[in-house]
Amino acid sequence: MNWEAFWLTVRLAGLVSTLLIAIGIPIAYWLTYSRWRWKFLIEAAVALPIVLPPTVLGFYVLVALGSRSPLGRWWESLTGHTLAFTFEGLVIGSLLYSLPFAVQPFAASFGAVEPSLLGASASLGHSPLQTFHRIVLPLSKAGLVTGFALSFAHTLGEFGVVLMVGGNIPGVTRTISIDIYDQVQTANYSSANQTALVLLLISFAVLSVVYGVNRRAWVVGPWR
Amino acid sequence: MSADLEVRIRKRFPNPEGSFNLNVHFRALAGFTIVFGASGAGKTTLLDCIAGLSDPDEGRIAVGGEDLYDSEEKRNVAAWKRRIGYVHQDLALFPHLTAEENVAYGLRALSADERRTRSRDMLQAFRIDHLRDRRPAQISGGERQRVALARALVTQPRALLLDEPLAALDRPTKSLLVGDLRQWNQHHRVPILFVTHNGEEVFALGDEVIMLDAGRIVAQGQPHEVMHAPRLETVAHLSGFENIFDATVLALHEDRGTMTCRLETGEVELETPLVRAEVGSRLRVGVRGGDLLLATEQPHGLSARNILPGTIRRLAQRDVIVSALVDCGGTEFEVHLTLAARDALELGPGKSVWVVVKTHSCHLMGT
Repeated sequence: MNWEAFWLTVRLAGLVSTLLIAIGIPIAYWLTYSRWRWKFLIEAAVALPIVLPPTVLGFYVLVALGSRSPLGRWWESLTGHTLAFTFEGLVIGSLLYSLPFAVQPFAASFGAVEPSLLGASASLGHSPLQTFHRIVLPLSKAGLVTGFALSFAHTLGEFGVVLMVGGNIPGVTRTISIDIYDQVQTANYSSANQTALVLLLISFAVLSVVYGVNRRAWVVGPWR
Repeated sequence: MSADLEVRIRKRFPNPEGSFNLNVHFRALAGFTIVFGASGAGKTTLLDCIAGLSDPDEGRIAVGGEDLYDSEEKRNVAAWKRRIGYVHQDLALFPHLTAEENVAYGLRALSADERRTRSRDMLQAFRIDHLRDRRPAQISGGERQRVALARALVTQPRALLLDEPLAALDRPTKSLLVGDLRQWNQHHRVPILFVTHNGEEVFALGDEVIMLDAGRIVAQGQPHEVMHAPRLETVAHLSGFENIFDATVLALHEDRGTMTCRLETGEVELETPLVRAEVGSRLRVGVRGGDLLLATEQPHGLSARNILPGTIRRLAQRDVIVSALVDCGGTEFEVHLTLAARDALELGPGKSVWVVVKTHSCHLMGT
């Protein structure tokens, strides 16, 4: 068991899913309430990482982060090194990779709030943002937990994007899934088995939380 | 400052039978104004426009002299700045908040102490103080209705919109709630628009009635004027005339204040109240099923002017009312009876009867 890779992966997944709450809520808010006629294009773009091969996504992220792109050059002038093959680069790639897993449950739960509740809140003098804060967010708790857990689990298991963007640098970009691949390549099956089992159990636990929360979401009880 | 609510709007709105133009113009004074109409007539669309939850296509909405919407001035005050109380048909209580938190919700601008005092007072006034820590799912339908009303009233709105607020309640609960509402309205003289499709509620509440059909105001006035003296057939259907006939005026009896009309469905002649009409002109006669009498022998010495022989075709029971279809020489009357009357007179299909129609039960409408 490679603990260095394990903690790196947990750190990456935790950071990415936390950042996705901050990034995903505004995007989901816009997707839920915007009446822009071309909105579906943005919806499709956000969903792309679900169907795109991770290598394709990883390739574009690598190009965008490299020293030939404006973003890469800007970062280089700021920090003195490129984003590619760094932990920060990995975070950016993972944010894109897991975006739909946060945004879609968020948007679904925002959209499930009865329109009459929004109307009632407005008639009681609350602006749309205040309404979002006091009515929509509290009633979307299950969706928020689901989005957080799914993006955490999804980042935990990513492989292609990490390989393209991060390479395989121990302690910096070598995550568990890459480590398992390495172990198998060197015929170190018992170690691969151990690590794979840990990943399996964690993923199962996270998904159990998701389904458990969504079952309770329909019960109106004294819990908050 | 006047508290009036002025509405003059046009809006296309979808309904199950296609789409209608909501096209209304009225002024509601302080007190109750009943908006009465069948479902799909545009009642909720009207309220949504006034509350600012839906935009009219054009027109003007003003409350207390302040414009909330004016298409010419390009003015459209956001819903949350309008200070108009709105109780939705589904009540729209916030399920994650307690009754007290629901009531205090609209008092955002006040201090916590003030908020608590005001909402507790309102909970007490509506006799739901004991429920303040319960959530909407944990209280009964009538109690939820009270919470929703208290929540809207505590903000001291400039006008109050109520969308069928009594629909789900039994009769005693209804009249209690209406009493509370009236009492509140005596201290807060604001217009209350009360939407219903229940004719009974119109009589129980009404100061002023606006009758809406397919997006248009078809009648407006005091309840007894609108409900008892319909001038349009749509009104007749809405207000419960089971019998509507096309008729021709045969003779005017100005000395008696009546006239004779021949129904176009057959040979039947009715003596009706006199209206401004000429011999030969056509009009419609509406008669309520509950205003008709049945007799099994030809009645004598009766004040009613119209006694028509006929045969019972069908009997149908609805709740505790028996509806008899009587054929009087080709003209069919729907007559409403009690169960006891049906049994005492041994009524059944094929039985010969006399239908008795009082002159003043005949309501005349222009065509």
